[in-house]
Amino acid sequence: MSLVLSEDQVMIRDEAARLFAEMADSARIREVLSHDLGHDAQLWARVAGDLGWCSLTVPEQSRGLGLGAVETVILMEAAGRRLAPVPLWSTAAFAVALLAHVSTPEACETWLPRIAAGETIAAVAAPGISDASGLMGIAAETENEGYRLSGRVGPLIDAPVADLLLVIARMGTGRALFALRPGQGVEVRRVRSLDGTRSYGELDLSHVPAMARIDRGDLSEDDWTKVVATAQLALAAEEVGAARGAMDVTLAYIADRVQFGRTIASFQAIKHRCARLEIDLAEARAMVYGAAANAVSASPQERLLEALGARALATDLAFRAAEEAIQLHGGVGFTWEYDPHLYFKRAQASAMLLGRQDEHLSTIADIVLRAGVGS
Amino acid sequence: MSQDPVAALRAEVRHWMETHLVGRFLPLKHRGHAGDGDALPELRKEWERELAAGRWTCPGWPEAWGGRGLSVAEQVAFQEEYARAGGPGRLGHIGEGLVGPTLLAFGTEDQQRRFLPGIRAGTDFWCQGYSEPSAGSDLASLSTRARLDAATGDWVVHGQKVWTSLAHLSDWIFVLARCEEGSVGRKGLIFLLMRLDQPGVEIQPIRQIGGGTEFNAVFFDGARAKARDVVGQPGEGWSIGMALLGFERGISTLGQQMAFAQELDLVCEIARETGADRSPVIRQRIARAWVGLRAMRYLAMRVLAEGTDAEARIEALGYKYHWSNWHRDLGRLAMDVMGPVATIEDADPRRDRLRQLFLFSRADTIYGGTNEIQLNILAEQGLGMPREPRGTGGR
Repeated sequence: MSLVLSEDQVMIRDEAARLFAEMADSARIREVLSHDLGHDAQLWARVAGDLGWCSLTVPEQSRGLGLGAVETVILMEAAGRRLAPVPLWSTAAFAVALLAHVSTPEACETWLPRIAAGETIAAVAAPGISDASGLMGIAAETENEGYRLSGRVGPLIDAPVADLLLVIARMGTGRALFALRPGQGVEVRRVRSLDGTRSYGELDLSHVPAMARIDRGDLSEDDWTKVVATAQLALAAEEVGAARGAMDVTLAYIADRVQFGRTIASFQAIKHRCARLEIDLAEARAMVYGAAANAVSASPQERLLEALGARALATDLAFRAAEEAIQLHGGVGFTWEYDPHLYFKRAQASAMLLGRQDEHLSTIADIVLRAGVGS
Repeated sequence: MSQDPVAALRAEVRHWMETHLVGRFLPLKHRGHAGDGDALPELRKEWERELAAGRWTCPGWPEAWGGRGLSVAEQVAFQEEYARAGGPGRLGHIGEGLVGPTLLAFGTEDQQRRFLPGIRAGTDFWCQGYSEPSAGSDLASLSTRARLDAATGDWVVHGQKVWTSLAHLSDWIFVLARCEEGSVGRKGLIFLLMRLDQPGVEIQPIRQIGGGTEFNAVFFDGARAKARDVVGQPGEGWSIGMALLGFERGISTLGQQMAFAQELDLVCEIARETGADRSPVIRQRIARAWVGLRAMRYLAMRVLAEGTDAEARIEALGYKYHWSNWHRDLGRLAMDVMGPVATIEDADPRRDRLRQLFLFSRADTIYGGTNEIQLNILAEQGLGMPREPRGTGGR
């Protein structure tokens, strides 16, 4: 396992950084905010259409590039750094993993080439996927040559702009996957979120036809675990990127701001806080990239363990970097005009996706106390 | 897999440890690490010679000097397997990891010929003379003096070093001293190799919070270094001294992490015994410890990887802060998991190990650059923030 990026991977990283810096700068994000869209169609057309970045992990037989977790986290980190308002995580990371790992060949054939070509935006409803309490979650039962879906879904990111909704539901002792088309018997209501850099929707569950079910019949818990690990890790990478972005903004501001005749970056109280963040950033990023590199050889359980570990670190980090951004900007950090609040709101919104941090830590503790620390 | 040289090396080390860390050496298992560094000194010196006979001292050195010329990945594998087998703390570490590479890079042929074989053979032990009572974090303010004796060409040394680990078990010490009168800061320093067993050297043990005495104060009152035992030129001592610190590159830290993993496993084992594993708060702390350790492993692998970029350089600056604070937190978790008996000195070797961890890990965030200095370095060298202002008495 190598933790050094290959030349191709470095190229993807640099190209993604360049593109998002250019097309998702603060002015552009504020334009998206002012139109209350939570989605930048122009940027998406460039990213998913022209550049084909949704094809990275789509298998080659479905007209993708067949690349792996490392390429995914590179892209997600770059997108997170600029809070790029595009459904990259939902579509390129989560939906692709679901289709590729648990769907029928027919569903793959239908959807993966379209996603790879940037023609389809997908959103995933997976409430309760890390919820031990069972309060959240969708249940499916057979009903009239189809299925009845019921339960609490919660806010669903990217659903208002999606043409494909993938719904993970409990069914008996296992799980089932459904592919729904908005407008065709399923309605998505847009809801407003504190986080204006993504679009959020709610979903009314109802009866769906039998053909909407697209999981393969013979799935094991390991198959689902792999998908969840992939989605969690990609989200962690995005959170690490957002933390980096909040720090970019902060470091630039404190290097200019003069008080008491010196830049506030020269005060040790401030230096030490920035250094602490940088250390925690290095830790979270190492966990993300290490887990990504290890994904090819690790067992599904180890992948989940490492992905949840990456989430636990990245969620904390993204929030702390954002709250420090507000604090170290002083008064202007509390204004709409400066960017820290964008990172702050995104951090809290992301923290609630795919389970809370305490749930992740609880799962990790279960596994470590049972199976040992490993090395 | 048997074709993989690293895997083959692992198997070789494992087998060697299984067949050698037995019999009279068995009491050394897991002993002699930080906090326990003065344990069983005579037996550990014999162990160093045993390692040398197996060609396991200095495996990263070039073959011409008796090493194996192992790659970084292979050295990491060796350190991990050594730690996994419970190999004792290495008395030869300073000579092998710091003095050897420094002499290979900056020493004269004569110095290499005289000093490297004794280190390789596990017969000559070294310690480090840097810190002084008034020069801790601000090492460059050191005041130990070296005066040239024109008659003999010797350097005559007066002053005091402190926190000198294992000086009482060592044969030689390398010393940073001021050789130019009136010089301040990093200028005018000299890097000397000095025999400890000579008139004018006095070693006084310092008792630590764990009760042990692995470090010392070393007093110099007219002790001598021969002219041929100066490394680099007089006046260049600072650059040699700093280069020496750079040689370690953290290879041994992956071995250290293996010991950390054993400690965390022990904490989990005791948590199950005491029922602490049923507390949701303790469980979260155990989970955080696991995540921190796994991230540490990936951090070390990124930092050690060849062809590192700017990100990895910044990560390297924060690495010491990360592991030392992680370890300190583990010390407290270990005590909390043990419950009320944690502070009672009983005969259970597992609990004793964790008690020592609790106490000694307090040193981790002080030696080798305190937390506060690490944060300064990271802010200034990593993030390009302004340097700390210097007092009027400094440079």
